[in-house]
Amino acid sequence: MTQLLGAVAGGIGVGSIYALLALGFVIIYKSMGVISFAQPAFLLAGTVLVTYLSPEIGFFPALVVGSVAIAGVALVVERVAIRPMVGKAVFVIAIITIGIDIIVRIVSGMFVGSDQRTVRDPWGLDAWEVGGVYVEQRDLAAFAVTTVLVLALFAFFRWTPIGLAMRASALDQEAAMAQGVNVGTVFAVSWALAGALATVAGVFAAAGRTVDQNHWHIALLALPVIILGGLDSLGGAVLGGLVIGITQQVVTTYHRDWFPGLDTNIGSITPYLVMLVVLLVRPYGLFGTREVERV
Amino acid sequence: MTATRTRRLAPLGRPELYTSYRQDMALLNTRSKMLGALGVLVVAALMPLMVSDNLLLILASGLVLAIGAIGLNLVTGYAGQVSLGHAFFVGVGAYTAAAMAGDPDGRYLGLGIDFMPLWLLGAGLVAALCGAVVAPLATRLRGLYLAIVTLGLVFIGQYFFFEWDELTGGSQVGRDAAKPVLLGIEFTADYGFKGGWTEEQKLYWLFLAVLVIAALVARNIARSRVGRAFSAIRDRDVAAGVMGVNLTRYKIIAFTISSFYAGIAGALMFSASGHFTPESFNLLLSVQFIAIVLIGGVATISGTIMGAMLIALLPRIASELPAFVPFLSTSASEHPNIFDFEQIMYGVLIVAFLLFEPRGLFGIWHRVRTYWKSYPFSY
Repeated sequence: MTQLLGAVAGGIGVGSIYALLALGFVIIYKSMGVISFAQPAFLLAGTVLVTYLSPEIGFFPALVVGSVAIAGVALVVERVAIRPMVGKAVFVIAIITIGIDIIVRIVSGMFVGSDQRTVRDPWGLDAWEVGGVYVEQRDLAAFAVTTVLVLALFAFFRWTPIGLAMRASALDQEAAMAQGVNVGTVFAVSWALAGALATVAGVFAAAGRTVDQNHWHIALLALPVIILGGLDSLGGAVLGGLVIGITQQVVTTYHRDWFPGLDTNIGSITPYLVMLVVLLVRPYGLFGTREVERV
Repeated sequence: MTATRTRRLAPLGRPELYTSYRQDMALLNTRSKMLGALGVLVVAALMPLMVSDNLLLILASGLVLAIGAIGLNLVTGYAGQVSLGHAFFVGVGAYTAAAMAGDPDGRYLGLGIDFMPLWLLGAGLVAALCGAVVAPLATRLRGLYLAIVTLGLVFIGQYFFFEWDELTGGSQVGRDAAKPVLLGIEFTADYGFKGGWTEEQKLYWLFLAVLVIAALVARNIARSRVGRAFSAIRDRDVAAGVMGVNLTRYKIIAFTISSFYAGIAGALMFSASGHFTPESFNLLLSVQFIAIVLIGGVATISGTIMGAMLIALLPRIASELPAFVPFLSTSASEHPNIFDFEQIMYGVLIVAFLLFEPRGLFGIWHRVRTYWKSYPFSY
């Protein structure tokens, strides 16, 4: 039982990171109708930047500065490579984001170098023991930060003018434009938000371990999350993130007992397997809107 | 019905005159295309006598990439179904071929079938079978959902390649690739030192022959009923369905054919190096194929071959660069190095072509051709 609870606690930590990443994907999808495959690159770039800033100015200031900087990078990328493509087929824009992903990822990978880099987080691998269950501090920290950010985001979408503009243009782009919403700004803000969220997620994913060039893999594990939650559901992204995170962590913990024949831990591909099952049952995810086709 | 004899070619002096639909749709519908194709084929066939073995090896790898990329172009370019899972099918083909041709008494799974056409076809068929199994799932999904699921397929596939080490040799270890031997000719044996053909020359000719067959078949699929159904689905699947195109059936056909090509490419991909590990079939390989299709030109066969050659030559171009760009390093431990450059170029080429020439290399060629065809008029 304590083993299960420990796994769930770990899963909440991982799930929070997935939730942040998934929110980034969903925000871009809602504003442009495109999945941005550039998120892994922003995650790596942000994490690497924080590993450089953290020894100089401390962990939390580095996290903030890093997020803002990557938001700026995302803004530039959106303006240079994505904006000219607006109106083209969704598939074409998605492929462009793959191209951007490669460029940004390799460039930031160059800065990883051969030294061991860490984000110098204050938690490391420290854990609290609660009734026999070891709860790692970094998982709790990730969960706390995610909760704060999610609440802030929901407030942002509800009460700020630009947040309302984003919701309006997600609902109906042309109607929003007719009401004077600057759709270009909406695109820019959504990319900036996604870049910042990817950075925060990447930094918390790097807490307690070293950053290597494959750190971006975790961002791809957030894709099953948005499939599970539905591409256009913010709440679904958060819930899906936690579900996938906990499932993955539980499977990882019980791998030995459940699949004694398999050497490699099946936890690494659990999110993809869950995704396949969900899509077989519900092709538009658990909370996604079913596409209505007008002929 | 009067039996009118339609001439296969337009009369001399009037090359643009078509007297039947069949003529218009012919494989080589103009005289210049006929001569051009023949010329390219002759030059390609004579290439091993002209260039060095190092360059030849690169060109040969480009030919194999072209086979796989033609497959991806059929499903993504012609039928409009974005697949990021091509690397998985390439892997299935590579392991099927290695297992069929492998030594039965060896360390890893092997059936000891030496006859090359058999294991080549086997690799294609097993990959096609995997494609047909995945396809029903894919037909339920559209657009981006499909892209994500096929991306997941790469990771799931890699897990099984790592795990099933009787077949694959396991992570970082790998196994020997199938050795192409046909009619007593060992394609991977080097006789250059005693005046015979070198390994590179023989492999190049083998790959060229397979590519020519693959390209011809693909071109014929594209201009047949099946190909037209693919284009209809790509342009508007609802409209295609209304017109009586069975969406599920043709999507499954598209995936199956595409996977067949991937399997063939996988079977040949490692003939030259002779050894491969499960790490090869990662997301980067899939992206490489996507890049080839986009750089070459979506829904063109000739463009795909051009794109594959460009991508295959990229490492060579990158290795020549430090002479001109002093800050690029040739050592993998220093950054920025030529390997970084090579990978960045995939991204740069994808973005640049989509922004400036969405029809790819084929589009550039098309513009040049039109310019000279209508010279001195602008159109």
